[in-house]
Amino acid sequence: MMKGWNKLNLDHALVERARAKARKIASDMQNFIEKYTTTAIERTICRLFGIDGVNEEGIPLPNIIVDNIDVGVGAAVYLGNAIVTTGLNPQQIAEKVAKKELDLKTVPLSDVDVIKSAILPLVKESAEKIRRNRAERNKLLEKYGEKDGPLLYVIVATGNIYEDIIQASSAARKGADIIAVIRSTGQSLMDYVPYGATTQGFGGTYATQENFRLMRQTLDEVGEELGRYIRLCNYCSGLCMPEIAAMGAFERLDVMLNDALYGILFRDINMQRTIIDQHFSRMINGYSGIIINTGEDNYVKTVDAVEQAHTVITSQLMNEQFALLAGIPEGQMGIGHAFEIDPSIKNGFLYEIAQAQLSREIFPNSPLKYMPPTRYITGDIFMGCVQNALFNIVTRMTDQKICLLGMLTEAIHTPFISDRAIAIEIAQYIFNNMDSIAEEFEFKPHGIIHQRAILVLERADSLLGEIEKQGLFKTLELGIFAGIKRPINGGKGLDGVYKKTPEYFNPFMEIFMLKEVL
Amino acid sequence: MMGKYLKEMKEMGFRDKFDPKNIKPYGDTLNDGKVQLSFTLPIANTTQATIAALKLVEKMGLIDPHIVFQKSLETDFTFFVVYGQVVHYVDITKIPLQSEQLTPMSMDEINAFIKEHFIRKLVIVGATTGTDSHTMGIDAIMSMKGYHGHHGLERYEMLETHNLGSQVMNEEFVRKSIDLQADVLLVSQTVTQKRIHVQNLTNLVELLEAEGIRKKIVLICGGARITKELAKELGYDAGFGPNTVAEDVATYFIKELWNRNSQNTT
Repeated sequence: MMKGWNKLNLDHALVERARAKARKIASDMQNFIEKYTTTAIERTICRLFGIDGVNEEGIPLPNIIVDNIDVGVGAAVYLGNAIVTTGLNPQQIAEKVAKKELDLKTVPLSDVDVIKSAILPLVKESAEKIRRNRAERNKLLEKYGEKDGPLLYVIVATGNIYEDIIQASSAARKGADIIAVIRSTGQSLMDYVPYGATTQGFGGTYATQENFRLMRQTLDEVGEELGRYIRLCNYCSGLCMPEIAAMGAFERLDVMLNDALYGILFRDINMQRTIIDQHFSRMINGYSGIIINTGEDNYVKTVDAVEQAHTVITSQLMNEQFALLAGIPEGQMGIGHAFEIDPSIKNGFLYEIAQAQLSREIFPNSPLKYMPPTRYITGDIFMGCVQNALFNIVTRMTDQKICLLGMLTEAIHTPFISDRAIAIEIAQYIFNNMDSIAEEFEFKPHGIIHQRAILVLERADSLLGEIEKQGLFKTLELGIFAGIKRPINGGKGLDGVYKKTPEYFNPFMEIFMLKEVL
Repeated sequence: MMGKYLKEMKEMGFRDKFDPKNIKPYGDTLNDGKVQLSFTLPIANTTQATIAALKLVEKMGLIDPHIVFQKSLETDFTFFVVYGQVVHYVDITKIPLQSEQLTPMSMDEINAFIKEHFIRKLVIVGATTGTDSHTMGIDAIMSMKGYHGHHGLERYEMLETHNLGSQVMNEEFVRKSIDLQADVLLVSQTVTQKRIHVQNLTNLVELLEAEGIRKKIVLICGGARITKELAKELGYDAGFGPNTVAEDVATYFIKELWNRNSQNTT
């Protein structure tokens, strides 16, 4: 699908050296990750076993189960044991626990092999359900054909899933390829996932499995009418990374934001907690055929995009390695970055081209996710349209795949239905009018774009060297990324981290990494 | 789409809120009344200007106005971008559906209609009249290339067209129309200030009446500010606003001429 661009004349040995450093950083972190589990991971295991719903007080059943067990032993052991002893299925067990008719801790413990063989059919069934969704997506993509050129990604954010549905249908008919439902403010900090269809959100709509289902159904219907596959996107990042990934797997989402570093830096989530959660979350995304989106675009919203451009490349290279360790192929890595350079800077457009082309050439097989300007968007909506147009031009010139369209009213309020239509029409005009511009234009040897790309790559390589020496956690404590310092034991969610006991096992991890049905 | 979700939406109180007697702008939620507007005030960019702008938009019927941008354009001029929620509404049950709108025929159908009903070519004379120098309006309708993939009238084999261009004085326009024995006159007014287009259009009608040919021709005006209602008020047979293409105009005048002919023969 992707073309192998070589317009910057990069030193590929240098790229590979930088990549090797990132690999070392990620594998050091992986040694840490594998020793721990979290409440979110165990709740995810409950969900993968089919446990869903809430009790009378609205507390989700997966939370009730995890509150009833030793987290370090793992939900699979307790649930499997209860299945062996009671003969009930996981949902029935969860309902009994919710009614306090069953205490998982007091059920006599069976032999581990008996437990494992009792849950194996359920694990297979769950994996099969996810694989069926993956097959369905592939079938539809084959039926309608995959689009050449950038995928037009727009957000809906009304707070009411039914109002979102109207806006998403309108956007799809106008030409949107990906609909992202922005979550309600603060959901990333909730240590549970709300339940059911929701109509009251703030600055966005709650990510719930029912909301996912409703939107999926709408996009399938509109897609059938239009003869196009409309992708659905939502957000894993936060305290429920793997749980939301599992919901996305069940409801055939296609794209999910998945970035622990984003949660650490911008939501003050504890770094240990979220980096552990991220691993299982990405495994699920990988197995589901979902494209992950990483959040490097956010780095340059708070610090200078020219000065700190190398931190974006650094993080992209680390994110690539974390994704590979979770079994995500390159084609599912929507590596992120953004068009955020101060518009008053002379030749800023050339620096943007350099940065976007650099990402393109370092990750030749990734469907790069490119984010529009936000930091220097003002209430001058007319100027904003032009800033977004320049962003669209760089998107096409540097062959970015997932293009998040800038909106007229960025930073003013959540988009009007008309803002989205305007954004799509402008993007379609530019992408069609400049369709082959990437093939037609080369960059001047040793010119501004070449020199800028080389400088950023060299700085990224040197920063990766530092991180390799100090470790990722230390780097985050020092505030290297986005100028934000986070302590290793600070932030939200550390109380949900547990060391795995010798009895611990996660039966889904094994299957997801094997990439096949047992 | 609506059908499938109507029930669920109703349950969620969505469609219940839809009231045809109370139609308001839609931002991202039904009945939110959200509008965006921009304007310039002839005063310096001070806090006084900010308050003035807010008071003005409140007078326009906007509640909760929010100035998202303001900047000085000159010492005594300030530009604003404002969002707010409009309190006004319209009752669409009181607005009759426009049944008079014609479904435009295609170029081939129009040519065939003329061949069948008129036998000869129809003569169309068009111009941008008065001081207006813009030809895009008349060209969109008349030139071979046309507009948005719709060929102009010059392309129609059963039409004899004369595009006189821009800044054509009304006297000159009337003289040409008589010389060419026009069936249809097309008058374009693109850019206008202080309603000069109204004076100019009225003056043309007076001249045509003085020459005694007003009733012999189909008189049509068009332009960004022209509406069907304005055209009728000024004594034109029809008026066409923005986004009009040649088929719309031609469908109108062939039917109008045909109606007049049939009335004359009966």
